[in-house]
Amino acid sequence: MEFFQGLLGPAWLPVWTLVKIVAIVLPVLTAVAYLTYAERKIIGWMQVRMGPNRVGFFGFKLWGLGQPIADAVKLMTKEIIIPTGANKGLFLFAPVLAIAPAMAAWAVIPFTDELVLANIDAGLLYIMAITSMGVYGVIVAGWASNSKYAFLGSLRSAAQIVSYEIAMGFALVGVLMSAQSLNLVEIVHAQQGGFWQWYWLPLFPLFLVYLIAGVAETNRAPFDVAEGESEIVAGFHVDYSGMAFAVFFLAEYANMILVSALTSIMFLGGWLSPLPGVPDGFIWLAAKISFVLLLFLWFRATFPRYRYDQIMRLGWKVFIPVTLVWILVIGLAMQTPLGYLFH
Amino acid sequence: MEFSAVVFYFFAAILLIAGVRVITARNPVHAALALVLAFFTAAGLWVLLEAEFLAITLVLVYVGAVMVLFLFVVMMLDINIEQMRQNFWDYLPIAALVAGLMVVQMILVLGGETFGLTAPEAKPADYSNTKELGRLLYTDYVYPFELAAVILLVAIVAAIALTLRRRQGLKWVDPAEQVKVKREGRIRMVNLKPQKPEAKPEEDA
Repeated sequence: MEFFQGLLGPAWLPVWTLVKIVAIVLPVLTAVAYLTYAERKIIGWMQVRMGPNRVGFFGFKLWGLGQPIADAVKLMTKEIIIPTGANKGLFLFAPVLAIAPAMAAWAVIPFTDELVLANIDAGLLYIMAITSMGVYGVIVAGWASNSKYAFLGSLRSAAQIVSYEIAMGFALVGVLMSAQSLNLVEIVHAQQGGFWQWYWLPLFPLFLVYLIAGVAETNRAPFDVAEGESEIVAGFHVDYSGMAFAVFFLAEYANMILVSALTSIMFLGGWLSPLPGVPDGFIWLAAKISFVLLLFLWFRATFPRYRYDQIMRLGWKVFIPVTLVWILVIGLAMQTPLGYLFH
Repeated sequence: MEFSAVVFYFFAAILLIAGVRVITARNPVHAALALVLAFFTAAGLWVLLEAEFLAITLVLVYVGAVMVLFLFVVMMLDINIEQMRQNFWDYLPIAALVAGLMVVQMILVLGGETFGLTAPEAKPADYSNTKELGRLLYTDYVYPFELAAVILLVAIVAAIALTLRRRQGLKWVDPAEQVKVKREGRIRMVNLKPQKPEAKPEEDA
């Protein structure tokens, strides 16, 4: 490594950072591809179907493991149709607006103690700021398509994301009160001591709120009114085809993995092992992320879609009061000898 | 030129272009999106000034919430651009006044050295801007801070109270009532005797 450092001179730092970024983005994109496969397989099994089982490699079917690759090739070779009335520049820019925040947020996610691209003090704030920008992709897509269905979908999505962001933010306020830090590495360190020390237990109401608000933020079923096939065809991306559509798809799944990673880090102890004596490591974080992702798929296979007014009621009249009360409880408990329960 | 200077000029150029686009774009949605870009670039400049908390909050509040709602409204308005342009130059006196005030403010800030102000020294890398701001807000400035919060809350309540209209004849169900529904309230079990359909008379054999 020092050889390269000498070779590149002052260009070393940007090049090395770029290498690290690629080392994060590539696995995330692979995980996205295979998450779509996992979703189809798992929901298939839940509904007593097979799921994709044909496309494999080199003549072997391999339970359909080649399906995501085949889908990617298909989407990349399809034509991107731009509607006549569409605002062309914004129409093509909207998918970029959707996926950029989903990728940029990974910059501060710690995978282990050492393995983090940017270990910044305001990590939690950065996550909240960057993820709050994801909604622009949806709004701009809906508007630029110049179609009623797309516009309805984007308006629904905007209202929904803005509503649930508040509850999500308050849930994170509880976490930072307990950990007394905005740094994600510090937050995991504050949860040391095994399964019962993780924040899911002392912050249980916030954990539930965060998990459900995460499903709503990513526009996943049962909160997928922004797409709502039965009412508005495909919502904000009804006019998109080919790779432009695929990028929205990638963004949605990348956001799912991101929310799962954040849930694991903030409420499920990150890379810490659940049992004392068992070594910590990235494998635990991966297992926790997979578990939360399974919950996402499970919700989709289980629950019928919420009605729009029910979504708004849940966000404003249930989640926000719950988080406010629990923040008050934490704050009061910290002033009493019971404060250790929340650390 | 130092790297930070290159970054500064890059961000500053984007900020200026975005700012100009806000007032020159004919399409209000384009103008709003340019404003989003301007906020985001300004946040980048603030990070360069080591004010990371303010920078991230700027993105979180203005880009993530305020401008989303702004765009939401702008997209739904049916704006006639020609009509808007008609009396454009009537605003010149007010605009000149605002511009003049801003020039004075900029002279005061940029010419700080003549008034004996010096730039603060750069803090070491482990200095937590967020923690210091929090400490100041909740100790020295706790009353102004709480007062500002209450004023904002009053504004929210007032805005809702002013626009709330209770419509008549709304088909509305109380979720608490819905949850309380029991099986007995919806289903009536009837004990029907099994019946055989009457045999049809055979017509032709």
